[in-house]
Amino acid sequence: MNTAQRARGLRWFEALTGGDGLIDGPRSVRAGDAPVGDELARCIAVVPDPANRFARARGGEVGLDEGWALAREVRRTMAQAQVGAQRALIAVVDVSSQAYGRSEELLGIHLACAAAADAYASARLAGHPVVALLVGKAMSGAFLAHGYQANRILALDDPGVLVHAMSKLAAARVTRRSLEALEELTARVTPMAYDVRSFARLGLVDELIGGVNADAPAAADLQCVRTALARAIAAARRAPLDLSQRLGSAAARELRAASIEVRRRLAEEWDES
Amino acid sequence: MSMLTRSSFIELNARERSRAILDAGSFRELLGPFERLKSPWLAPQGIVAQSDDGVVLARGLLDGASAVVAAIESGFQGGSIGEVSGAKIAGVLELALRGCERGRTVRPVLLIESGGVRLQEANLGLAAIAEIHAAIIALRRRVPVVAVIAGPVGCFGGMALAAALCSRIIMTRQARLGMNGPEVIEQEAGLLELDAADARLVWSLMGGEQRCASGLADVLVADDVTEIARQVRAAFAGVGGPRSEQVERFSARLAALDAQRPPAALELRQRWGAERAP
Amino acid sequence: MEQLTFTYAAQASVARRVHIGVVGSGDLEVLLEPSVDGQAHVTVTTSVSGYAAVWKNVLDRFFTRFSGAAAIEINDFGATPGVVMLRLEQAAEAARA
Repeated sequence: MNTAQRARGLRWFEALTGGDGLIDGPRSVRAGDAPVGDELARCIAVVPDPANRFARARGGEVGLDEGWALAREVRRTMAQAQVGAQRALIAVVDVSSQAYGRSEELLGIHLACAAAADAYASARLAGHPVVALLVGKAMSGAFLAHGYQANRILALDDPGVLVHAMSKLAAARVTRRSLEALEELTARVTPMAYDVRSFARLGLVDELIGGVNADAPAAADLQCVRTALARAIAAARRAPLDLSQRLGSAAARELRAASIEVRRRLAEEWDES
Repeated sequence: MSMLTRSSFIELNARERSRAILDAGSFRELLGPFERLKSPWLAPQGIVAQSDDGVVLARGLLDGASAVVAAIESGFQGGSIGEVSGAKIAGVLELALRGCERGRTVRPVLLIESGGVRLQEANLGLAAIAEIHAAIIALRRRVPVVAVIAGPVGCFGGMALAAALCSRIIMTRQARLGMNGPEVIEQEAGLLELDAADARLVWSLMGGEQRCASGLADVLVADDVTEIARQVRAAFAGVGGPRSEQVERFSARLAALDAQRPPAALELRQRWGAERAP
Repeated sequence: MEQLTFTYAAQASVARRVHIGVVGSGDLEVLLEPSVDGQAHVTVTTSVSGYAAVWKNVLDRFFTRFSGAAAIEINDFGATPGVVMLRLEQAAEAARA
């Protein structure tokens, strides 16, 4: 992965907000206002901080400080007095994983990540449109914490946008397969694939944004993405506040048919007949 | 209680655990094995699917009150979450919410034994877990959501986030609750960071006793069916705010720590264990 | 992975359906229900291929003692013949109850 890709989250955050988004908190979490359509959305990102006080969270991972800072920033936005519609939240997603470490486990990184997910979901349930914009990696616990509770998921149609539960190397080791065998499987079994187009085929992407320079967006690229964000925010304002929409697409009916069938049958059996 | 009168909960499979938790005779399974709602993804990979995809769902009663239990079978694929098993858990939580919204409160109990996402279904497992999180957060406002982590597998990965979102976490000493499995930490961060074979170290970090003593889980319970069933019922009688909402408290606790010299497990109990959630 | 099917003559009917076991390493699950045609049918899905003769052996022995017209589904993850027989006998016992 080149330096340009490593900096994607920060690059897109700065482009959308026009600022560095430094908060009263870890430098790895940024928050700032992003003009989208005719409103000011709150944009949040997790970015690398080589000087992070936790050594295992220096590469843009979601670690202890990041999880709780995400929760704080989202809840801060919720707490702002607002005239008119609730402010939209945009999660700029470029997160390689949660942080792996002894202190992380002891100090409850699972809870830190849960707190972030909790905050985003609570914002959504309070009527704030939450939109995730995948510009790089969206992996496992980090994505669960930052982005996966969104009403809408947008993604750049780019080879550097990857979604999965575990890095290829780790996954190969855990499933005791060679990397080649794993890659052969990912080509055959759509939910095991890493690329964003396969992820979109699962019905989990509301808009795949093509024709945009993911590493170094020009003005036109930004405008394109802002327009897509505005569309997503508007759609979210008109839709139910839960995640049911994810199972509503044609793609979901094809590749998440079992998820739909389970729910249908459960509803039938729920009450004693 | 003597050892002779104890009845092990850990030795029970998921179906037996669900039955044991609920009021006697009230167990009614949903989407049971004979409905054969299996994973569509395993057979093409040469993996034999289980007829219930490793999750048992049951409606029943807890002290006469309507309840639903979702129990993960540790014996099948390490309790990992795939498309169907994840949909089963999310599905009953969503139905419980609908019930609560219509004035028919249902008490949800999650018996969690899970290594996290089933890698053979990767993105569908992860998506299902996100839906489980969403359902817990919405449902929790209406009725406590109670998690029991008994072992042998424990609760890891995305399901650890699910547990952390719950209103009350009941753990045995044998159980573990952590984000990353010890083997994965050792793989990613090296042996010096964590020796996965060092059981004492692993349990000192994420075992039930440590989690309860350091305020990251609520109730430490013996491996006994009667005790666990009692604690599950007690959990519905007035719980405080879930710890995943306690942002100021935990932010302050973390800020007070020196990341260069992080506390050892026992010291953390002193720092975080004393003041519990109201 | 392999799927095998077997048919046996049956004398008695089967009263109830029964589920036993877990598809864990070295284990299997058995689903047993009344069959529709008065015979006993067994479908085995197993993670280990090439052992059809061993499965036939175990099932032949089982059906010398069990005469129910059952549709039996076995999902196996590498159980030994001894464990297979144990689970089948548990299922038969539960079906009688």
